[in-house]
Amino acid sequence: MNTNGGGPRTVSKPKVSDDETSSAVAGDERRSGSRVVDPVIESRDLDVYYGDDQALHGIDMDIPERQVTALIGPSGCGKSTFLRSINRMNDLIDIARVEGDLRFHGKNVYDDDVDPVALRRKIGMVFQKPNPFPKSIYDNVAYGLRVQGKDVDVDEQVHTALERAALLDEVEDQLDSSGLDLSGGQQQRLCIARAIAPDPEVILMDEPASALDPVATSKIEDLVEELAESYTVVIVTHNMQQAARISDKTAVFLTGGHLVEFDDTNKIFENPESDRVEDYITGKFG
Amino acid sequence: MSDDDPMNITAGSSGSIDDRKNAAIRYVFFSCAFVTVLTTLGIILVLVQGSIEFFQHVSIVEYLTETEWSPVISPHSYGVLPLVWGTLVITIGSALIAIPVGTATAIYLSEYADPQVRKTVKPTLEILAGIPTIVYGFFALSFITPLIQRFYPETGTFNAAAGAIVVGIMIIPMVSSLSEDAMSAVPDDLRNAAYGLGATKFEVSTSVVVPASLSGVIASYILALSRAIGETMAVTLAAGMHPQITVDPLEPIQTMTAYMVQIGISDVSVGSIGYQSLFAVGLTLFVMTLSMNLLSLWIKSRYREEYQ
Ligand SMILES: Nc1ncnc2c1ncn2[C@@H]1O[C@H](COP(=O)(O)OP(=O)(O)OP(=O)(O)O)[C@@H](O)[C@H]1O
Ligand SMILES: [Mg+2]
Repeated sequence: MNTNGGGPRTVSKPKVSDDETSSAVAGDERRSGSRVVDPVIESRDLDVYYGDDQALHGIDMDIPERQVTALIGPSGCGKSTFLRSINRMNDLIDIARVEGDLRFHGKNVYDDDVDPVALRRKIGMVFQKPNPFPKSIYDNVAYGLRVQGKDVDVDEQVHTALERAALLDEVEDQLDSSGLDLSGGQQQRLCIARAIAPDPEVILMDEPASALDPVATSKIEDLVEELAESYTVVIVTHNMQQAARISDKTAVFLTGGHLVEFDDTNKIFENPESDRVEDYITGKFG
Repeated sequence: MSDDDPMNITAGSSGSIDDRKNAAIRYVFFSCAFVTVLTTLGIILVLVQGSIEFFQHVSIVEYLTETEWSPVISPHSYGVLPLVWGTLVITIGSALIAIPVGTATAIYLSEYADPQVRKTVKPTLEILAGIPTIVYGFFALSFITPLIQRFYPETGTFNAAAGAIVVGIMIIPMVSSLSEDAMSAVPDDLRNAAYGLGATKFEVSTSVVVPASLSGVIASYILALSRAIGETMAVTLAAGMHPQITVDPLEPIQTMTAYMVQIGISDVSVGSIGYQSLFAVGLTLFVMTLSMNLLSLWIKSRYREEYQ
């Protein structure tokens, strides 16, 4: 399969050396200190409105490359909204309006000359509810490759993606059967395989495990850690332990759509600056 | 029984009245359903009985294989194929118009149109479906045929093309409205998944929405086709009363329904073979539309939208 251990991506990434990547495999070491990595996504004074209601207020955030950034916070605080503004899925909501900068590799994705379709090809997404197409497992995973017209060996990419999503062993003999015949946890891993098959740079996940049982959840968590070896992962979660376990950086949103604190995950969980964040994390509210 | 009894789920003293009311309501509904079923059975019975009489004089083989249809005027001939041909020409011709236009309209309404546009266009289309078919027939005679004659002056007043076109226009609303219902029922989750993978709106429509709603879309096609098969007044006016097997769409033809109109308004005597042929043709038509409707039901249940 792939030879560099870092996944199918062959494009060289100058910002992270191989050493760093391999040392990141040891999860504890990885979270013990912050690595200095250039941000792949920078949010600058980002406001999002739904009609007259402002859902996000002046969000500033630097999302580092090939790490897991967790977004946590109580329901309705704008986590999904922020996630959707990264790949411009908010464009699909008629009343949504975005102000400020959201930079991907330094380029504001809300500039007039940015094509959201092209942007979404670089920034994949996994949704809260598993949403496989009513197509075969194979066609589900191949979908992105086909619409993107990528000049690759589709068969091979599909197998690689399924393998990386830790699903290949379970579905190898039934690639032609419907994706809807799988269990919920398998469907979600199928959706992850579908998102990574076209080999995006960033993967956005909106509570990918919230509809799953603990076993399926821990599979997804393992997967997220692995994906961060080759992809930048931004994940929304309601589960504090999950954020603590799998993320390098944590952003805490609180009600009203404000980003209250954004820092290394262990800092947030051990010694947050803000009392409100401490209260939230220790379960005193939210 | 006290009002604050937490287990107050047993019927009170008024239960027996409610029971009687329920029984009466049940009886009314049952009677209505029963009358409907009875009527349907009666119609089928009449068709079958008349057909049996017809087939005592004409062999089924002749009926199904002869290529001339002239049950009233001698020399007599009882091959139903020209009528079936006429019906097929109208059905296929109208499908060629209604399926592409209707599907495209449905995609537009479901995926592209602003909610405001959808809210006005859809009811308008449904009004179109409510126009009496005889009006469509006049429209064909007074507009479509003259239009065809501008390009092909040798075209007669009655021709298959005008019939197919007008029936096609007639069944567009059926295709577009039912298909749009099926497409709108596709959950947004699937659209978002496709957009998230970098699909364009067109790709989302054609490679996700249409396949996901295919059973409903195809069912709409079949219902529209069975409507085309059964369509009577418009084709009688537009396509004529000349039973013949021809591939020239500018020639007049006769459909099964048009033949039935012809016999219905003519003065053939009750009990004559010409009269009995009405039942045979009617039964043939009934079998055709019934099988189309069954096919549509089967497709709907076989390929029920699995994404729910
Ligand atoms: N499509 C929409 N139209 C209008 N308002 C919306 C829409 N989506 C979200 N909102 C509003 O924006 C605010 C933030 O919503 P968002 O879904 O981003 O919160 P969230 O943090 O993801 O919540 P949850 O944890 O429940 O998923 C909420 O007040 C919500 O009502
Ligand atoms: Mg959310």
